[in-house]
Amino acid sequence: MTDYARITKDGLWDNNVVFAQMLALCPTLAVTGTATNGLGMGLATTAVLVASNMLISSLRRFISAEVRIPVYIVFIATLVTLVDMGLNAWVHELYKVLGLFIALIVVNCAILGRAESFAAKNPVGASAVDGLMMGLGFTAALVAIGGVREILGSGTLFANAHLLLGPVFAFLELKLIPEYRGFLLMILPPGGFMAVGFLLAGKRALDSRRAARAEAGAAPEPATA
Amino acid sequence: MDWESLRGKLSYQGLLLGGTALVTSAALALASRATTPAIEAAAALDLKQSLAQVLPGQYDNDLLQDTVELPGPGGETVKVYRARHGHQVDAVVFQVSGRGYAGPIVCMMGVDRDGRVLGVRVLKHTETPGLGDKIEPAKADWIHSFEHKFLGDPPPEKFAVKKDGGVFDQFAGATITPRAVVKAVKGGLEFFAHEKATLLDAAPSQLAGEGKTQGSPTP
Repeated sequence: MTDYARITKDGLWDNNVVFAQMLALCPTLAVTGTATNGLGMGLATTAVLVASNMLISSLRRFISAEVRIPVYIVFIATLVTLVDMGLNAWVHELYKVLGLFIALIVVNCAILGRAESFAAKNPVGASAVDGLMMGLGFTAALVAIGGVREILGSGTLFANAHLLLGPVFAFLELKLIPEYRGFLLMILPPGGFMAVGFLLAGKRALDSRRAARAEAGAAPEPATA
Repeated sequence: MDWESLRGKLSYQGLLLGGTALVTSAALALASRATTPAIEAAAALDLKQSLAQVLPGQYDNDLLQDTVELPGPGGETVKVYRARHGHQVDAVVFQVSGRGYAGPIVCMMGVDRDGRVLGVRVLKHTETPGLGDKIEPAKADWIHSFEHKFLGDPPPEKFAVKKDGGVFDQFAGATITPRAVVKAVKGGLEFFAHEKATLLDAAPSQLAGEGKTQGSPTP
């Protein structure tokens, strides 16, 4: 399982945190009102995920199976708090934008999930890559959900991106539908469930079509089960 | 050392948990010590910037040094910053807070000597991103709708969000947040009207003091 290509593919698509593992739905639904918020949450989570995976992987020989869960949780909560304090002190401008999301990372069960199912059994390097790829997959999922909700809900895409990424990225901010009155439902929590549902259905449809085609084409290599 | 056999022992579990707690709390304590001065400096800078935002124009004194502390409407102490031209207090700035959807919303408001709102800014809130955070000027213009308002325009009973029969807009999907801010601003104006005499009292507070100068003679 230390095959990096496999880890990458798992994190980004096959075993995506949101669309395959169905983890971390609480922060996902909470912050994806806009694509920019999804991006901010995704990047902050990725940073914590890489750090926690590396920490737990390097300590995996010392952590006993009996008390591993409380140990993981204490480490993750500490890491998140350290990130929170560090950003607040030294990158205060960024903290004003991301600060809202950072506390939410503690309750992100995907981080505990990766610690338990990957970092506890694999070397540090592979765990770091796994954290990065899972984090990027999570980020992509949040941006996709946030994008759908933002376009349908307010007719814009990446609104306020300059607050998160700096004025250079102001070009990302698009007003796709001029004079749009807004479709409130998509911004409210039900819209989050709908966007997740439709995107999930789309991914499943794509996967099963690919699997069917691979089977029909005499399957040079065994497709995903 | 043979960790495999050691890890199975009962006493190891306690030591591991204790060690984890010790290491993490030590890390947090160190980080807290290392970051507190920087966080406080950043907060002071924020305070200065938000004072400048709710007080358009130039003033002769350093606001952070010229303060009065008064009991507020809820029994808490309100710290009032006073801006002067010469010796006359032209405007005051103070914090008000309301109970938002997800916690307190702390605002800074500037009021001129006639009781008109010069500006309002939200300093701290935990409202839902994308819904309630339209109270931030970076996300929407809503917070500017208080400017030049006073108790009388709109009349006190209209000083509310539209849903409650008032004049201020609420947000699509978020009424509690703007309602809390409007209520806080109204409370601030009532506080100003009530304490006007003390607030506009020309005596500057002692520079080094905490500003409790009501009635005390200035040298």
